[in-house]
Amino acid sequence: MRKVAIYGKGGIGKSTTTQNTVAGLAEMGRKIMVVGCDPKADSTRLLLGGLAQKSVLDTLREEGEDVELDDIRKPGFGGTWCVESGGPEPGVGCAGRGIITSINMLESLGAYEESEGLDYAFYDVLGDVVCGGFAMPIRDGKAEEIYIVCSGEMMAMYAANNICKGIMKYAESGGVRLGGLICNSRNTDREADLITELASKLGTQMIYFVPRDNDVQRAEINRKTVIEWDGAVPQANEYRGLARAIDENKMFTVPTPLEIEELEQLLLDYGIMEA
Amino acid sequence: MAKTSKAVRFDPADIKEELLKKYPPKVARKRAKQIMINEAQESETPPEIVANVRTIPGIITMRGCTYAGCKGVIMGPTRDIVNITHGPIGCGFYSWLTRRNQTDAGETGENYMTYCLSTDMQDQDIIFGGEKKLAAAIQEAYDLFHPKGICIFATCPVGLIGDDIHAVARKMKEKLGDCNVFAFSCEGYKGVSQSAGHHIANNQVFTHLVGENQTPPEGEYKINLLGEYNIGGDGFEIDRVLRKCGITNIATFSGNSTYAQFASAQHADLSAVMCHRSINYVADMLETKYGIPWIKVNFIGAEATAKSLRKIGQYFGDKALMDRIEAVIAEEMPEVEAVAADVRSRTEGKTAMLFVGGSRAHHYNELFQEMGMKTLSAGYEFGHRDDYEGREVIPHLTVDADSRNIEEIEVEADEKLYRARKTPEEIKALEDAGYKFKHYDGLNSDMDKGSIIIDDLNQYEAEKLVELLKPDIFCAGIKEKYSIQKLGVPMKQLHSYDSGGPYAGFKGAINFYKEIDRLVNSKVWSYMKAPWQENPELTATFVWE
Repeated sequence: MRKVAIYGKGGIGKSTTTQNTVAGLAEMGRKIMVVGCDPKADSTRLLLGGLAQKSVLDTLREEGEDVELDDIRKPGFGGTWCVESGGPEPGVGCAGRGIITSINMLESLGAYEESEGLDYAFYDVLGDVVCGGFAMPIRDGKAEEIYIVCSGEMMAMYAANNICKGIMKYAESGGVRLGGLICNSRNTDREADLITELASKLGTQMIYFVPRDNDVQRAEINRKTVIEWDGAVPQANEYRGLARAIDENKMFTVPTPLEIEELEQLLLDYGIMEA
Repeated sequence: MAKTSKAVRFDPADIKEELLKKYPPKVARKRAKQIMINEAQESETPPEIVANVRTIPGIITMRGCTYAGCKGVIMGPTRDIVNITHGPIGCGFYSWLTRRNQTDAGETGENYMTYCLSTDMQDQDIIFGGEKKLAAAIQEAYDLFHPKGICIFATCPVGLIGDDIHAVARKMKEKLGDCNVFAFSCEGYKGVSQSAGHHIANNQVFTHLVGENQTPPEGEYKINLLGEYNIGGDGFEIDRVLRKCGITNIATFSGNSTYAQFASAQHADLSAVMCHRSINYVADMLETKYGIPWIKVNFIGAEATAKSLRKIGQYFGDKALMDRIEAVIAEEMPEVEAVAADVRSRTEGKTAMLFVGGSRAHHYNELFQEMGMKTLSAGYEFGHRDDYEGREVIPHLTVDADSRNIEEIEVEADEKLYRARKTPEEIKALEDAGYKFKHYDGLNSDMDKGSIIIDDLNQYEAEKLVELLKPDIFCAGIKEKYSIQKLGVPMKQLHSYDSGGPYAGFKGAINFYKEIDRLVNSKVWSYMKAPWQENPELTATFVWE
């Protein structure tokens, strides 16, 4: 089983990209479990057709110790298993601690057992790696390969670089590796070149360039992944392409984060200079 | 046996060098500033000591945490306020009755000291926040006891997850109506030692409690006794002596104290400060807001007790009181002197080390002096520079980030309740006669020239000191107790008094003389060598030897 975590700046499209990619992998016949690691618990909405499911932490709170695997995971599109870690309402408690508890719970309930026949476990993690709790999926080998969703915008690249620092920290102890950058296009100038260059400076690759397409929004309004909504549109093929690229990926590296000056220079060299 | 190798004379500079030898250069540089060779009192420029700074990570310090200082030291000894620890169970459990603060439940029988109340936070409470659980705990405590006050203490995780304990306290106070609920942000990691917790407790007690009772209590010579925690019944003995002298103790901060005592403290005419470190903030605020002057006293040691009583008498300036104080001293002293004379034949010339508290290391010097014993080395766990060098250094204290992290509250003279207890002329007359208000000389001035003063002593240095100077007794806390005893030296806990006490006042001095006599003259510690250390049954050599 491959354990994959998706990180990236808040609002960059991690949950959308993850679910659409998972739909592509499912179409290829892969067995996948998606674990949403966001207190908002909206990481599996498209796979479940808008079905709001009870999060691991809510279940734990209400049922006490007596929790079963079926209480916390629901079957979604293409035979995927969907889990939401959940967490506290904004401004209280500790969401990071929640993710740790939730992943430990899944493990102790045997969600990752070989008998489950999983090919992939996907972790969709909120925002930046702000503290220890959010780094949980990349610690202790919970996730082995990381993909960072980014775009050609400065702050997205800055966040990607920061996440690389987190990965580097745990690469030594936990064996986690970076699988590549997924460019979720914002239609900025020379975006693909810029992200390719950033990836090479980080010691990784741009694994796929996902063009911007309103069909993604149309599918979302219908609470579906693009592939499920209309498998014939060009964007569905893009996600199939990303799924294939991840499935066939052989490049796993320890990233080499950039200094902030270097990052700014990159942006000057590629975008702003011509504008 | 084994007393022959005793180092009678030592060069303090060599000892200091020896203590620092093992450290890496940077650590040694920092520790060197916290290890001071005392100068004679008259010296022109006494050396500065570095105190109240962070302990270097990796050093096994004797210090405690901010929660311990706030809940354990200041609020713990109050008997009719219910204390709730908001946090996982360990913090509440291990601070449960461990300081041996004694209480007398009084006529009402109201005493919650023996209870340990905690919100017992679980993983779920950390994740989702513990405010609801805290509110429920307050309600439960109220339903059980109907106390006048409930205090909430924050532990480390509460600060990390950001539970707003003050908002919960306000809400519950309003809801309950007849119960004063207030909270302390005393997370263990704040500050550099338990001293931060004292300050936080002082601020909240002054803000939420002092001044509440409008009716002045009866009594002729009304004082507050600040910084006396009734360990082993010290406060009981001091109260006995004060009562005998006709002095009314309005409020003790906080040994065997009650809600009503704190709430009436503004009616006293003098604050007598025992532990300068833990409570001088309240003393200052009482003076600023209500006009109550404060003096430093010390009831540890019979002579010191007599001196402190006279100082209180002189303040009120009433001949009847002063005569009565003299009569009490004359009545109490013969028994003390008889016991002192007896034990002195065995304790004279013996040596001690004192590493405790932020005032205790100073106070207990007195008792050892009365027994003819010499303090070779002393220091505080959590004292500040003024506790060593005297209050004159306060304007020159460096305010670092750690001190700024602790709230300083602004207090102004109360428009209605401020009342200067003495006219400026009366104050001047007293001062001209050598009377000192708001004055504390610190530990150093009472230590011999060449004695070694060490701030924030640690396990390694303690063992090294004992090895080098072989004192007849070592005084510190529970964490040090067994490691010192294993070195073959008697150890007396001066936080909790082991199972003894009281040691304050006249009767306390007698107890102390007898206890120390028993300890320093016991042979048991000289038999500490294990049989195999003296006669190994098995011997072996390396093959290449």
